[in-house]
Amino acid sequence: MDVLFDIFGSANFWAAAVRIATPLIFGVLGALLCERAGVLNLGIEGIFVAGAMAGWIAVWLGAGLWGGVLVAALAGAVFGLLHAMLTVILGLSQHVSGIGITLLATSLSYFTYRTALPSVTSPPRITPFQPIAIPGLSDLPLIGPALFAQTPLTWLAFALVAVIALLLYRTPLGLAIRAVGDNPAAVEAQGLSVQGLRIGAVVAGSALMALGGAFLTLSAFDAFFFGMVNGRGWICIALVVFASWQPGKALLGALLFGAFDAFQIRLQAEIGQVVPGQVFLMLPYLLSILALVLVARRADYPRALLQPWFKGQRH
Amino acid sequence: MQDNQIVLSLEGITKRFGALMANDQLDLTLRSGEILALLGENGAGKTTLMNILFGHYVQDEGVVRVAGKVLPPGSPGAALAAGVGMVHQHFALAENLTGFDNIRLGTEPLMRLGSSRAAARRKVEQIMGESGLEVDLDRRVAALTVGEKQRVEILKALYRNVRVLILDEPTAVLTPQEAEGLFAVLRRLAANGLGVIFISHKLGEVLAVSHRILVLRGGRKAGELVTAQADRRAIADLMVGKSVAELKRTAPEPGKTLVEFRDVSLMRGVARAPLVHANFTLRAGEIVGVAGVSGNGQAAIAALLSGLALPSSGQVLLDGAPVTSADPRALVTAGVARMPEDRQHDGVVGTMSVADNIAIEEVRRRPFARMGFLNRKAMRQRALDAIAAYDIRCPGPDAEARLLSGGNVQKLILARVLEREPKIILANQPTRGLDVGAQAEVHRRIIAARDRGAAVLVISEDLDELFALADRFLVVHAGEVTDAGPSTALDRSTVGLLMAGHINTAAPAIPA
Repeated sequence: MDVLFDIFGSANFWAAAVRIATPLIFGVLGALLCERAGVLNLGIEGIFVAGAMAGWIAVWLGAGLWGGVLVAALAGAVFGLLHAMLTVILGLSQHVSGIGITLLATSLSYFTYRTALPSVTSPPRITPFQPIAIPGLSDLPLIGPALFAQTPLTWLAFALVAVIALLLYRTPLGLAIRAVGDNPAAVEAQGLSVQGLRIGAVVAGSALMALGGAFLTLSAFDAFFFGMVNGRGWICIALVVFASWQPGKALLGALLFGAFDAFQIRLQAEIGQVVPGQVFLMLPYLLSILALVLVARRADYPRALLQPWFKGQRH
Repeated sequence: MQDNQIVLSLEGITKRFGALMANDQLDLTLRSGEILALLGENGAGKTTLMNILFGHYVQDEGVVRVAGKVLPPGSPGAALAAGVGMVHQHFALAENLTGFDNIRLGTEPLMRLGSSRAAARRKVEQIMGESGLEVDLDRRVAALTVGEKQRVEILKALYRNVRVLILDEPTAVLTPQEAEGLFAVLRRLAANGLGVIFISHKLGEVLAVSHRILVLRGGRKAGELVTAQADRRAIADLMVGKSVAELKRTAPEPGKTLVEFRDVSLMRGVARAPLVHANFTLRAGEIVGVAGVSGNGQAAIAALLSGLALPSSGQVLLDGAPVTSADPRALVTAGVARMPEDRQHDGVVGTMSVADNIAIEEVRRRPFARMGFLNRKAMRQRALDAIAAYDIRCPGPDAEARLLSGGNVQKLILARVLEREPKIILANQPTRGLDVGAQAEVHRRIIAARDRGAAVLVISEDLDELFALADRFLVVHAGEVTDAGPSTALDRSTVGLLMAGHINTAAPAIPA
């Protein structure tokens, strides 16, 4: 019990939970936007890698940190556009296209890295985003360091949750996106472009996913490593279901996962002698599966998810 | 009617789908305040014409003018902007949104931040008050009844201030009472100057609601008449293109017993309602009709005779041999032909071709199978023959079955099962939802099969159909089967009483 108390009582733990959650927030928002419009984007894992790579290399080339963020978003948007062309315009299988995008984006990123830095054994470091301390708030016990001593990208992630929620529920565009994921026929019959809405959502969603990758190289670490994304994209795909395609619940899911992960790292350090470390590594994933089993039964899928739409199509 | 100016004109509209001429040089005019009925059989080109008008399809030739101005083709947005609204047969509603949000969808510029819900709300409520279309606006569409969804569809159009409202088979999904309500709304809207186009294949409702009737047949205009002067019989002939022949039926010559239900019970399981201690026979060369209110055991009889279930107790004998396993293929091999109740869902595989669907029950046998491989050429040839012989209207043997209309799906199923010359035919709701022409065709085929010596069981909720077909009646009520005797000795009211459960136990129930 003491062990648990130590862990949950440390500000360090809560700060780590939020830090681990940040890339997932970007990713889950991006996946949510795509899926609300009816397109599953399994390119997410590769787009994470591309975002991490593109953002970092831009900064290394002297673009500045925010320049790097922009470059990462653009890289994500390009892969999103490719996915949209294949799945929305041509109506190909969203699963196949998505997996293809992941393989392509990952390989291209590694290729670029190797071409740019042919003979290094460890990548050059950049100066990443630094935490911004807010006077007063940052000094609060526990939540001070957790919430108010994070880097600007974490702030951006939190802000984007509100932005996406407002977009979806408070604007005409959001209404159209929610409708196109449920019944494209309804959107077409109201004189809107099904294809245009879907392409836009996939491109924007993919840009968000890439920001998740950029957070890894520009904020959490200070360089690009192979395998650093390590399944975060796939976790986001599961978190969207957990969140029932709602931005608020997506934030909650990402934070829960971050907390599980931060917890297992510390638990490993505390009682790692007794139980093999791999068990702890499994923990967040096992808990995600458990959460999904409990939630997914009632999951309210966008009805048109995975369904291509062609103009003038009959039912 | 108010000013009577022409709000809409279609000129020389032509549309082809592959080899199929869906619309051939069609003209149409509509005046404000007028209800024009577009009448025709399934596949006559009504829906295609309206989909062109609304911009879902692009015509190959011809122009659409709304209030004199040419409408750019292929854009529902342009059609809406010009004042044309459409109520789709399969509702175009997002079910995850409320009725209100569905109405607002696409009415504001997409890039606006925020939206003016209050003003929109006032406008919708005003329209609801004026038109009498009452809906709970804040419920998700998924939770609305079919009738309410249709009202949302109409409100969507009215919210856009349309001058022309198209309704595609609006009553297909409504109860008779709901349909009456809809007609009242349409009359009121027309009285206020709206032009209405009402697509239907039901003669009765067209006569009840329209001012003018345009009859389509095979993509062409077959006739145009003023409703007040129209004659029912003449319109039916226009629709079908030839005089609808009265069914000719000779007296049955029942042969040996091919099906026997011996004290059969089927408890709940496959069927929604059970069957209890059913005893009846079906003989070669006769048509036996099963009358009853839906859900009184018909599904159980159909499941047993299709090989989808085994009796909980008792025996089903086919040609003297008891059925021992629930195996549809064994029953097909034994000579049973099945026309399922939900033909689109259970009768065809929508994403497979017409040729595949016709051959599907016989793919393990020659000529469709040779040494374990499919003989595509034989399947195609068979499909070509069937398309010609059964008049299945489709682009060809390779067309996907889901693209066929209900009547053509039923003809496909007839072609599949009748070509084998089955000994036993189960026809479950064989003409539900079909138009006059297709209905007559199905009836003719069933009678021909009987005359050839098949034993036919027709399950139907349409008493007219049963009286037209059946030699003998069975009536089901609460899972019990009553043999009502030969149809010549029955009338509607007797059958109706039996359906309601008034079983006359005194000898055979044959009134004078």
